[in-house]
Amino acid sequence: MILLPCPWCGPRAADEYAYLGELTPRPDPQRATRTEWRDYLYLRANLAGWTTERWYHRMGCRRYLTVQRHTVSNDVRSVAAAGSGGEP
Amino acid sequence: MSRGDGGTAVSPAVMSMRLPSQPGEVIDRHTRFTFRWNGRRYPAFDGDTIASALAACGERVFSRSFKYHRPRGLLTASFLDPGCIVQVGDEPNVRAAHRLAEPGLDVRSQDTWPSLAFDVKAANQLFTRFLPAGFYYKTFIRPHRLWPAYERVLERFAHGGSTSAHLPVPERLRAYDKRHANPDVVVAGGGPAGMAAAVAAARAGASVLLVEEEQALGGHLRWGGADELAAMRELQRRVEQTSGIEVLTDSVVLGRYDGNWLAVLQRGLPQVHERLVKARAKTLVVAAGLIERPYVFAGNDLPGVLLSTAVRRLVNLHAVKPGERAVILSANPEGDAAAADLERVGVTVAHVEDVRRGGDVVRVRGRGRVGEVQLRGGRRLECDLLVTATGWTAPVSLLTMAGAVPEYDPRAARFRPDVSRLPGDVLATGGILGDGSLDELLAHGEATGHEAARRARDKAAAVPVPALSVQPHPECFHGPTHGFVDFSEDVSSNDLLTAVEEGYDSVELVKRYTTATMGPTQGKLESVNVVAIVAEATGRTITQTGTTTWRPPYAPVTLGALAGPVREPVRRSPMQAWHERHGAIPLVAGAWIRPDAYGDPADEVRAVREGVGIIDVTPIGKLDLRGPDVPKLLNLLYVNRWSKLDVGRVRYGVMCGEDGVVIDDGVTGRLGAEHYLMSTTSSGAAAVWEWVESWLQTEHADWQVHVTPVTTAYASVNIAGPRSRQLLGRLVEDVDLSPDAFPYMHVRTGRVAGVDGCVVWRIGFTGELSYELHAPASYGLHVWESLLDRGQDLAVRPFGIEAQRILRLEKGHLIVGQDTDGLTRAFSAGLDGLVKLDKDDFLGRPELTWQAENKGHARLVGLRLADGSVVPDEGSQLVADGSRICGRVTSSRHSPTLGRAVCLAQVTASLAKPGTEVTVRLVDGRSVTAKVTEHLAQVDPEGERLRA
Repeated sequence: MILLPCPWCGPRAADEYAYLGELTPRPDPQRATRTEWRDYLYLRANLAGWTTERWYHRMGCRRYLTVQRHTVSNDVRSVAAAGSGGEP
Repeated sequence: MSRGDGGTAVSPAVMSMRLPSQPGEVIDRHTRFTFRWNGRRYPAFDGDTIASALAACGERVFSRSFKYHRPRGLLTASFLDPGCIVQVGDEPNVRAAHRLAEPGLDVRSQDTWPSLAFDVKAANQLFTRFLPAGFYYKTFIRPHRLWPAYERVLERFAHGGSTSAHLPVPERLRAYDKRHANPDVVVAGGGPAGMAAAVAAARAGASVLLVEEEQALGGHLRWGGADELAAMRELQRRVEQTSGIEVLTDSVVLGRYDGNWLAVLQRGLPQVHERLVKARAKTLVVAAGLIERPYVFAGNDLPGVLLSTAVRRLVNLHAVKPGERAVILSANPEGDAAAADLERVGVTVAHVEDVRRGGDVVRVRGRGRVGEVQLRGGRRLECDLLVTATGWTAPVSLLTMAGAVPEYDPRAARFRPDVSRLPGDVLATGGILGDGSLDELLAHGEATGHEAARRARDKAAAVPVPALSVQPHPECFHGPTHGFVDFSEDVSSNDLLTAVEEGYDSVELVKRYTTATMGPTQGKLESVNVVAIVAEATGRTITQTGTTTWRPPYAPVTLGALAGPVREPVRRSPMQAWHERHGAIPLVAGAWIRPDAYGDPADEVRAVREGVGIIDVTPIGKLDLRGPDVPKLLNLLYVNRWSKLDVGRVRYGVMCGEDGVVIDDGVTGRLGAEHYLMSTTSSGAAAVWEWVESWLQTEHADWQVHVTPVTTAYASVNIAGPRSRQLLGRLVEDVDLSPDAFPYMHVRTGRVAGVDGCVVWRIGFTGELSYELHAPASYGLHVWESLLDRGQDLAVRPFGIEAQRILRLEKGHLIVGQDTDGLTRAFSAGLDGLVKLDKDDFLGRPELTWQAENKGHARLVGLRLADGSVVPDEGSQLVADGSRICGRVTSSRHSPTLGRAVCLAQVTASLAKPGTEVTVRLVDGRSVTAKVTEHLAQVDPEGERLRA
């Protein structure tokens, strides 16, 4: 099971977290076309490699996190609070 | 099985094959007891396995085989033994050569009918030509309509024992347990190398979990001679005396997952049947040893054909004489040692056939047990025991889960793991890697344990541990005749050849087609023989053929152990005990237990419509919102407008996802300048909290809003009915309830029944004049009882969820998740008037804008049935043109107020106009007509009662 370092709680097993998937930038809801909006809602790159994704520490500090993880090795390069910058 | 031979009629069995005391025996001859085997009493000593106790009494047949129902006895005398899987009481599939005998156990053979000795299904073996590889695939495929019949036939012939669903549930659930562990080093395998590794790691300062599959540490030393026993006792002493080692015996590492997360199954505990230990190890040392593999020849499954390790276990651990006259087929020192053991305890060793000098066994004959062995060259020998020692299999499972690849080494005649591909946090030692003297194994184990402790501290710079030497071993997998390869699945070498002839030339395909390696032994005994035979049949080398993939779990695990004990939290309001004392039928609603009804829900409905009723609505989700930016948040979350909500006002709101689908609804009130109380649906309370937090933490981290979930901080009571104002008026002290001072959709805070800090909303889910009262939870029961006490003359009565559902349906109020589903966007939920598309941004706005442009979407409507006596089931389809489905009934109840059914339904756009006639297809196949109503509400559509 993946061990994910929470910036507040320390290293914790993945089953403490909710995995919310790859981060996709939210298009401007006023201007987005249907295609752009539905790409945002439903399409993911599903890369074998480094991805930026959102995790939620449900059984811990209940913070939303931005995690850079390698989907093949499960190495974690960085973990930060969501909304603190560093997002695509 | 026959039940007539029970207890008293038949005398207990006698330990006729029990040897005098052996130096390494694990039985305690001072503790003797009896248990039952197929109804007859058998004696056993403490420390006996079920199988060793039976073998000590001369029993040789323990089961009937999977396909042909051939009699089977001991083969490996270990956990893996495919021939002695039994039923113990209520528990099926118990490994009788591993499970210890206990006083009074009721042990029975599995899947034999009518008895183990005479099994009708053994007729299968007369027709083996009809049961070739793939027989079931080929035979029971057509015609499709007979599949249910085939299933019944096959079930009767299937293996697997039986379990009763009637045991008291708590007892069963108490029997499983889970535990977390975070050791520095886990050593899988407690043989000499594993013990040496554990001691070295612990001495280097690591905390160590040493996991051993058998009931005691020692590995192969346990059934060795005096030198081995002395070495074992010294190692056991060191393990015991070194601090920092926790030993789990009768336990096995089931799997290795990401980040060295290990699933460890612990068995044989006094109070707990099985425990799953979730161990996060910094370093894993795999010291799983070697497993002896059987030899393939005609008659190799007859009771009396044993592996050399089985003989050594029986003689040395359990003091059981495995036979009277033995022939030994030996390719290695273990076979020679088994011969020596047998001679020492007085078994006649008629002949040792040495594979290293070109010897071989052609076949074994006998009626239900070994009677005669035919050797290469035609020589025949009478015997009742044939011992084979033809090689080893490295159980590389855990290592392959970590990335190692098994590679065939023809010199050692076995697959060995290529450890160069292991990650730095996994090491291996002992027989799984190579051979070597005991001293070499111990030195290697010690070096590995030391390195494991070092890597647990510092994952970087890894020092490689020197390789173990490998001793030459003849490549011998099968004799000149065909025999069983997979004993638990009844797959013969001939079946493998058939599969190859039919074109299944890859070992992975042969495995799936013949099911070889897919039975209870999971390839640990048979996989190398399968590969060798497939290699030969396809004209390739074993290296070219490769091996099948080892996957977790390494050992069988019960679903009980995976599920663990039931620790589901249950929520009860402070009034739930009162409800149950007053006859409420409990309703499980998510995590909550709620009162469904106290009596007839129709009476409860009438009481609310005509007088006053109170309902416990504590599970309604409640979020306390504070801060200057709460209006921005509400505007984002809800589809309607929120910027101008005055203090003291309450508004209904609907939340949608970004796909426009309705996810929750509720009211939010403004209690102060920067203080709001939001309510959510009961089932959505937790999800809405996370939803709110997600927007505050990700997209709008700059907003100043603090969210506190207060669902359980308040006990909530809805007081509903024309007399509700009168009732509440008797309990409030500082709130003016008059319609002008406290109108519909307003909120007040104050003192109720002497309790400060109560919040009162004037809202109306039921369609009546009503007040929702939120009191500090610890005063919930007091407030509830005060309302009933003070309202006696008003005929106040409690009502339950069912009455509330009827009331809201009469009023046409939707329930999210009942009248909507995971695809229902706001305009399909009758919320057209609520959605404000001209708001700047709110969640779901883009999709709802497009939905509004489209117009072709389904809609929520009310239905009135032509036949007033019919109440359609929820989920009934609406059909057009006889069969085209054009909607469904989402809510349906008999309305006591109207004396007929009231329904809500999702219908296609073309049928949504009021007055449209639709056809409802009932569950019993009848069709009834119904009309779309003017409003969703069928009682008081104008809302006069609400605003009274």
